[in-house]
Amino acid sequence: MIEISLQKKLNTADGNMMMQADFEVESGIIHTIYGASGTGKTSIFRMLAGLLTPDAGKIVVNGQTWYDAANKINRKPQQRNVGFMFQDYALFPNMSVRKNLEFALKNEQNRVIIDQLMDIIALNELQHRKPETLSGGQKQRVALARALVNKPDLVLLDEPLAALDKPMRQKLQKYVAEVQRELGFTMLLISHDVGEILKLSQGISVLENGQLSPPREPASFFTSSAVSGKFQFEAEVIHIKREGIVFILNLLVGNRLIKIVAQPDDVENLHVGDQVIVASKGFNPLIYKV
Amino acid sequence: MIDWDPLVLTFKLAAITTGILLVIAVPLAYYLAYSRSKLKPILETLVSMPLVLPPTVLGFYLLVTFSPGHPIGRFIENELGIQLLFSFPGLVIGSVIYSLPFMVQPIQAGFAGLPHALKEASYVLGKSRFTTVIRVLLPNMKPALLSAVVLAFAHTVGEFGVVLMIGGNIPGRTRVASIAVYDEVEALNYDLANTYSLILFAITFLLLLLVYLFNGGYLKRLFHKMRT
Repeated sequence: MIEISLQKKLNTADGNMMMQADFEVESGIIHTIYGASGTGKTSIFRMLAGLLTPDAGKIVVNGQTWYDAANKINRKPQQRNVGFMFQDYALFPNMSVRKNLEFALKNEQNRVIIDQLMDIIALNELQHRKPETLSGGQKQRVALARALVNKPDLVLLDEPLAALDKPMRQKLQKYVAEVQRELGFTMLLISHDVGEILKLSQGISVLENGQLSPPREPASFFTSSAVSGKFQFEAEVIHIKREGIVFILNLLVGNRLIKIVAQPDDVENLHVGDQVIVASKGFNPLIYKV
Repeated sequence: MIDWDPLVLTFKLAAITTGILLVIAVPLAYYLAYSRSKLKPILETLVSMPLVLPPTVLGFYLLVTFSPGHPIGRFIENELGIQLLFSFPGLVIGSVIYSLPFMVQPIQAGFAGLPHALKEASYVLGKSRFTTVIRVLLPNMKPALLSAVVLAFAHTVGEFGVVLMIGGNIPGRTRVASIAVYDEVEALNYDLANTYSLILFAITFLLLLLVYLFNGGYLKRLFHKMRT
């Protein structure tokens, strides 16, 4: 169980802002922090990792107090046993992939974990390469593996899969889900990708105007009025066109473009680029095996 | 006949000075690169002073400080039994101060140029500051380190004013090559002065060339070509 309560004055693009984040996360799940850019999501992670000191609050991870303003406890990053996957990977350029992972080992830690992670995340072929020779997706895999080597009590994934194309993303989501399932990590995820959040996380909190909302279930969050549809899928709005009294929406689902009919009040708050969930319960979908 | 002593002495002085400077400069440069202390500008200025100060001024202060009439000079001579004036150890201290900025500034720039996340990633992985510097930061700033080492070495080789002030011209002890050149010119031995000068010119040229070749990636490409 991870109990977090943080207050911090942040300098943002729109001036100073008081940030307040209180939440609890069960051990062994992936929980998402969601919110617009520049709202302080990364700052929360930095405070959890000990790289930024909150103004007040408390962080308790599996019964261990990492930070407690009232009792003047503030563990250094080195004493927190946290895994941090940085947005820009922060791989060590002087070390090969394997050496990057080995560097993360604790004293006298069993090396088996390295081979285990390299197997799950498919790094064996890359193990002797230097980071500069890797593609973006490969670097992210290495960064993910390195963040897990010392079996952290809490893993922080800061937009781990941003800047990847769709197939690569899906592959990496698979890796994240797999390590989490096999090794039982507790993970916090910063992500903007609705599909990714739904696929990976079991809980979501939203950071808005400096306030972090109480945890909710991702599916119910994104479909505000809980949908119990016959089918549903996530999509990105590509184009909105009026045709008579209805609207035609062009949506990107995975790599496919589809068209659906929408009512004017459905479209009212929609903009190109929005992530949406499309669900239907009015008919039975026809499914053919091809 | 050429006397090799001044040249040997010059390179011995430069090597020892460079070694000591490396040990001092890494922590100092680290502090200057990352500290937000208000004292930092003052320290930075002090480190840079030898760049602009006439070497004779630096030499003069050292001469006064090292002399038995000065409490520091007296202390070192009486308590530690080291005579600094007109001696090799005195030259080493003078050279360390004189070449300090040449060692500190490239290393400081090297630290400052590394992504912040490297340091943080290492800390989060549980590594101490010392381990982080030795295994993550320094290995990723080799060009800066090489520049610093070669510049400090070459600058010490080219030292003249400070040596003249605190070392004098004692053969085998403080008579370095730059002094020997001056001395031979004074004695109208232009041939010998020319020999010393040429050797100094050639060696410093090669040293700097090595830095530019390495930092420009030429050597890497050359080795790569040779292997393939």
